[in-house]
Amino acid sequence: MKFSYYPGCTLRTKAKELDRWARSSALALGAELCEVEDWQCCGGVYVSARDEIATKLSSVRALMSARDKGQPLVTVCSACHNVIKQTNHAMQTDKEFADKVNLYMSQDKEKREPYHGETQVYHYLELLRDVIGFDKVREAVKNPLTGKKVAAYYGCLLLRPGSVMGFDDVENPRIMEDFIRALGAEPVIYPMRNECCGGYMATEDPALAAKKSGAVSESAAGHGADVIVTACPLCKYNLVKNQSPVPVVYFTELLAEALGVKEDTHAE
Amino acid sequence: MQNKKSENLKEQVLRMSGVNPSKCMRCGKCSGTCPSYDEMEYHPHQFVYMVENGDIETLMKSDSVYKCLSCFACVDRCPRGVEPAKLVEALRLCVIRQKGKNHMTADDIPAVLDDEMPQQALVSAMRKYSK
Ligand code: SF4
Ligand code: SF4
Repeated sequence: MKFSYYPGCTLRTKAKELDRWARSSALALGAELCEVEDWQCCGGVYVSARDEIATKLSSVRALMSARDKGQPLVTVCSACHNVIKQTNHAMQTDKEFADKVNLYMSQDKEKREPYHGETQVYHYLELLRDVIGFDKVREAVKNPLTGKKVAAYYGCLLLRPGSVMGFDDVENPRIMEDFIRALGAEPVIYPMRNECCGGYMATEDPALAAKKSGAVSESAAGHGADVIVTACPLCKYNLVKNQSPVPVVYFTELLAEALGVKEDTHAE
Repeated sequence: MQNKKSENLKEQVLRMSGVNPSKCMRCGKCSGTCPSYDEMEYHPHQFVYMVENGDIETLMKSDSVYKCLSCFACVDRCPRGVEPAKLVEALRLCVIRQKGKNHMTADDIPAVLDDEMPQQALVSAMRKYSK
């Protein structure tokens, strides 16, 4: 099955591992991720003001491009997912906003049908859970990660706002733990798994980011984690930068390892 | 004159945010869960009642508008669906949309940059702090 795929700017630069293993693992599971042509940066963070139009057009262009191909849109970076999903929701529910956006879009060189949020948006983890199925993932595992204690770090962007993201129970999520189990590893539940790492405060107030991310990594390590997994390059940066006592990796790296995709690549 | 101005600002903030502050029951849960609580002069629940009282300019002068992490914890944990983060966002935009009021510019970036910092951090900060 083919999907439109939105990698985002960080996956092209600092987070190549997140992107690379997402693509090759999807192929191993029978899903082809077709990169949206000429995608533009999502802007990293959603601006909730209803009169903020221009900053949301890049997301709308990606959503439209998937719609025109008749494909769902798959994201993997938590931040891109949050921005695109919230934009899609606004296009579905806020008519005044959608009308303004469509007016802007009608000025684009390429003429396209007005957009009203038709595209189905999946985060990669949702693709695994809802389309491929964790059972299929489990069957495809060649190197089960037996005995590995993995702490899922959700952070904010995958979950909130819950009414828009619809990703999982915002206070007691389980999708990443189910993913970890499907790989044969053992999930570690810890209190800070859905609290903020400090996000872009890394630029404005690094001491605050250090405090927030330190509390997360210590909570995970204190509950016995060998490794923390995340879908967010900025969470990873904040945790590593602020001396996480345990390694922090992207969830796609673990997936590729378990599926045996990493070895295949080395053998080439 | 002053009153007219703050009324207009209040109207603008309510329209931009879509928030109805009169739904708030002053439980303080938003502030209790806010990861930036210690850094803020005015806390999320104070944004709500200060906007309701039309005290917009006091909020616009405070650094608190730059301390929100957009974590949406206050949005999901408010028992009344008030969505305080949207007020903080609207207040910050009221400030940085003014000429010469960018809180961060490209010239500030080299000082905070290191080799590992992801693009995501920079584009997010620029989106939140400058116009
Ligand atoms: S969104 Fe902002 S104001 Fe609300 S809890 Fe998070 S940091 Fe605090
Ligand atoms: S959590 Fe909601 S109801 Fe309680 S003080 Fe904050 S905005 Fe008001």
